[in-house]
Amino acid sequence: MEKVLMIDYQKCTGCRLCELVCSVKHDMVSNPARSRIKVIKWESEGLYVPVSCQQCEDAPCMNICPVKAVFRDKDTGAVMVNYSVCIGCRSCIAVCPFGAMNFNPLDKKVFKCDLCSGDPQCVRFCNVKAVDYVDATKESSIKKRDAALKISQAGKLGATIQYEG
Amino acid sequence: MVATCASATARTHVMAKSPLTNMIGSTNMGGFFAPELAWAGFHHLVIKGKAAKPVYLWIHNGEIEIRDASYLWGKTTTETEWAIREELGDEEIKSAVIGPAGENLVRFANVMTGIKNSGGRTGMGCVMGSKNLKAVAARGTMDIKIAHPIDALEYNKQFIDQITSAKVNQTQGALGTPFIWGATNSWGGVRTRNFQYNQLEYADEVEPENIDAWSKKSCGEYNMTACFGCQVHCRAKYKIPDTTLAQKFGLVGKYDEGPEYTSQGAFCSEPGCTKLDTLLIGNHLVNQYGVDNLEIGSIISWAMELYELGILTSKDTDGLDLKFGNDEALLEMVNRICYRKGWLGDILADGGIPAAEKIGKNSFNYLVQVKGMNNLHSDERATPALALNIATASRGSDHLRSRPAIDLYHLPQDVMRRIYSSPVPYDGPLSSDQREYIGKPWQVFWHENCYMAVDCLGICKYHTVFLGATLPNFEDWPKAIYYNTGLEMTPKEIWDVAERCNNLERLFNLREGLSRDDPKKGDTLSHRYFDEPCRRGAPDVIGATIDRKKFKEMIDEFYEYHGWDKNGVPTPETFKRLGLDNEPSHLL
Repeated sequence: MEKVLMIDYQKCTGCRLCELVCSVKHDMVSNPARSRIKVIKWESEGLYVPVSCQQCEDAPCMNICPVKAVFRDKDTGAVMVNYSVCIGCRSCIAVCPFGAMNFNPLDKKVFKCDLCSGDPQCVRFCNVKAVDYVDATKESSIKKRDAALKISQAGKLGATIQYEG
Repeated sequence: MVATCASATARTHVMAKSPLTNMIGSTNMGGFFAPELAWAGFHHLVIKGKAAKPVYLWIHNGEIEIRDASYLWGKTTTETEWAIREELGDEEIKSAVIGPAGENLVRFANVMTGIKNSGGRTGMGCVMGSKNLKAVAARGTMDIKIAHPIDALEYNKQFIDQITSAKVNQTQGALGTPFIWGATNSWGGVRTRNFQYNQLEYADEVEPENIDAWSKKSCGEYNMTACFGCQVHCRAKYKIPDTTLAQKFGLVGKYDEGPEYTSQGAFCSEPGCTKLDTLLIGNHLVNQYGVDNLEIGSIISWAMELYELGILTSKDTDGLDLKFGNDEALLEMVNRICYRKGWLGDILADGGIPAAEKIGKNSFNYLVQVKGMNNLHSDERATPALALNIATASRGSDHLRSRPAIDLYHLPQDVMRRIYSSPVPYDGPLSSDQREYIGKPWQVFWHENCYMAVDCLGICKYHTVFLGATLPNFEDWPKAIYYNTGLEMTPKEIWDVAERCNNLERLFNLREGLSRDDPKKGDTLSHRYFDEPCRRGAPDVIGATIDRKKFKEMIDEFYEYHGWDKNGVPTPETFKRLGLDNEPSHLL
C-alpha cells in the first residue's frame, strides 16, 4: 500500500527538528537550508505549518521537466529526480504549488523529499506526530473522522441554541 | 554543540559585567537565535566599545555589518524583530534584541529573542542599551559539519526517547513550568508578600491546570510551542482574555507565550495577586519591554511591603496605592520602572541595593537578595541545599547554576550515590531528606559543575539531570560530543572544564569585592531566612528556618570541595590542579 506524509499543522510545536534531521540524513550536515521539509511560521500568532512534497499524482514538476528527469519510485510512490538526466533548469521549482522542490546553490542541484526510501526521518523524530507517515487511504479516513466530529459538535451546539431559544 | 544534531541545542549565552550585581553577568536563553547565528558562520561574538548612535548588527553568511537602528529605538522587543525582518526582506531572520527597558538602562533589562525567550538575569539588556546596540540580527544558510552524521542522528533519537520518557518532562510538555509552581505552592515553598508568607491562597485562577485550560481555549487543543530541536516543548501559547484590566491596557486578544513559573511568582504569589488576567498581562508586558520578570516582581513586592509599613508613602508613589493584591498598581509599576517614570519607578530601575540606599529608613532589612540580585519566588527555608545554592551562585541569587532540584524527590540513597559519585568519586554522606544539611554541600557542588557543563555545551537544562534523576548526565555527553564534533572527551574532562569555568567566575567576583559574609556582596542570605520561620504549608515546611551554625558549616564544606580557603578564595594548589597557574586574575 502506498503511504503518504500526513501533516497536521495544529500539532506542530515549531521546533524544526524535522528540518535538522532531514539535512543530516541526506547531506551529512546540519543546515535547514538543505532540508526537504520546512516549517513555515507566523510567530506573532503561534502558527506553524510544516510544508513538504505531496508526491502529486499529476505532478507539475514531472509534467514540466523538459528532459524527463523527474520520475516516480515504484516502491514508495515518491516523485524522484534522476540526476544523470537533470539539466538543472529549475522549471520544476517554478511550477511546484507547494514550494517543495528546492535548489542547492553549492552543488547546483534541485532536490526534493524522497520519503527516505520509506522511512522518513522527519516522521521518526516528530514525537508530537505533526508529521506522520500513513496509508494513503488512512489519511482520508482520519480526516473524515475529524470532519464528522466537528459537524456533530456544531449540530449539538445548533440544537442547544435552538432549544434555549 | 549549538545547531548540531545533539538534542535541543538552542541556547544563547550572554555575558558581561553585570550592571545589577557589579559581578559576573551571565544569562542563558532558548529560542532560535543561537542556531541561526551558527548557520550564519559564527559561534561567538565579542562586542567591545559603544556606538555613537543606535545601531544593530546584521550577520549573514560570514559577514557582519553595523546598521542604523535609530528607527527601531523605542520599539518593543517583537516590534523590533518584525521591523528588522521587514527592512531586510527575510522572514527567517532571528534577532536578539532589547526593548524599552534596555534602552532606558533598567539594570535588570533582558536580551530577548522571539516572543518570550529571555536572557533574563543580571541585566545583559542594560549592557546592550549602554552600547546603543538595539539588536543582533542573524540569518544563515551555511553548513555545520557533523563529524559522524549517522551516529549523531541515531544517538539524538536515543537521547530524545530518554528525555521524553521521563514523567517530569511529559508534565512539563503539557503544563509548562507552571506545573512546578502548582506543586511548590501546595507544599508551601513559594514566596508570597515579599517573603512574609510562603503559600498563595485562593489561587485557583492561576493554578497550572487553569492556565492550561485558558491556553487551550484561546489557542487550540495543541497549545504548546518549542525551542529549536526540542521535544519537551515546555511553553504554552495564549491570547490575553477580554477583561476590564486588559481593556485598560489595550491588550485584549494579544498573543504571547508562557507564562512561566517565574511570572507566576512575579505577578501572583509575590505581590499577592490571584487573577489570571493580571498574570497574562504582566507576562506580556515584561516580554514586550524586555525586562527580568523575576527581578521586577520581587522589587515591586518589596516596595509594596515598604508601602504597607509606611516606609514609602503615597507621595513617593505619586498617589499609587501600592498595596499587596492591587493588580492595577502592580502592572502600572512595571510600566513606570521600564520607562523610569516617577521618583519610585526611576530608583527601582537601578535595582534593590541602590534603591534601598536612596529610600533609607531600614528598607534594606526587607530586601531579599544575594549579591544585589533578588531571589527566585521560591522559599528555601525548608530546603537547606537550595538555600546554599542561591547563597553561593556566582551570578547572585540564582536557581539555575547549582540547584539540586531532585533533592525534593526523596530519592533512595543508592540512586543518589550513583548520580553523585560520578565522574568524581564521592563516599561522603548523602541524605534523601530535603530538610537535612548533611551531604548537601557536595550535591550543590556537583550540580554547580553539572549545570556549568550544560551551559558550556549549549543545551537545555531540561535535557539533563535537573528535574528528573533519569535524565542525561556526564556519562551521556561524551558520545554526543564525539558524534557531533569529533572531539574525544571523558566525563571527568567535561567536569574539569566546568570546574575551571566556575573558578574563573569566582576570581572575577573576588576581584569585584566578593567577601564571604558581606550581606550585599557575599555568599550569604537575607536575615529573614534565619530569623523568620515559615508560617504556612505542609507539616514539614511550617516552622522551618535555616540554622545559622549549620549553614556556616555547609559553606565551609562547600568551599573545601572547591579547593577554596575559609574566605572562599581558590588556593594555589587549586590553580595548579586546574591548570589555571597562568591565569592573571588571581594576582588581583
